Amino acid sequence: MKIRVCFFAGIREAVGVEEECFELPSNIKNLEQLRDWYVTRGEPWSSALSPTRAVRAALNHQMCDWDVLIMANSEIAFFPPVTGG
Amino acid sequence: MPVRIQQNDFDLSTEIAALRASNSAVGAVASFVGIARDVNVGDVIQTLTLEHYPGMTEKVLQELIEQAKQRWKIFDALIVHRVGTLKPQDQIVLVAVTGVHRDDALSACQFIMDFLKTDAPFWKKEMTAQGERWVAARRSDTEAAARWSRPIKCTKNTL
Repeated sequence: MKIRVCFFAGIREAVGVEEECFELPSNIKNLEQLRDWYVTRGEPWSSALSPTRAVRAALNHQMCDWDVLIMANSEIAFFPPVTGG
Repeated sequence: MPVRIQQNDFDLSTEIAALRASNSAVGAVASFVGIARDVNVGDVIQTLTLEHYPGMTEKVLQELIEQAKQRWKIFDALIVHRVGTLKPQDQIVLVAVTGVHRDDALSACQFIMDFLKTDAPFWKKEMTAQGERWVAARRSDTEAAARWSRPIKCTKNTL
């Protein structure tokens, strides 16, 4: 299934990508698995989305826990903890 | 529009006048204005650049207003948040709430502001003499938001 993935703030700068659309590998079911898959791409992805870094994820404009399942045509975003206000 | 994301500055008096214009039952307006400071973590800040996640930001802020309306007796709420590059002393954010009495308006205003800090997808980047850096999230903001999940009676006692 197709998904769109967006990156914001320091993570966007680190990976040099604002967003990308692609066919999700069939073995990736949830947000944690997607993050792990990015880490296997090597640098700069592995550092930017490393499990040791504070990263938040949103699915279809809603902040989510890492075990949330990805649906077809989802928009997923990875970003650092928010700092507005 | 109860939620606005904009580059331009805002005027508190104009916004409040518009928010309560059509409702003569309003007896209280609570507001909060966040300002860009000139020093952070010991360094002089030259500029502050705000980025957000279009679409998600508006949705999160609208949901916060709806939650506040369910929790307190308020008429309406307005959130204006600026993005782009700001200077110290510039206004960043406005939250204004109208109600019959002050307790509900003040609590709702603080509730919205606390969760804006932890849930709304904005990010700040500071320019200092040493270069630019992303602002780190603060634990105290998370703790401020966490108190609202307590029973309302306890929450009110902490104000």
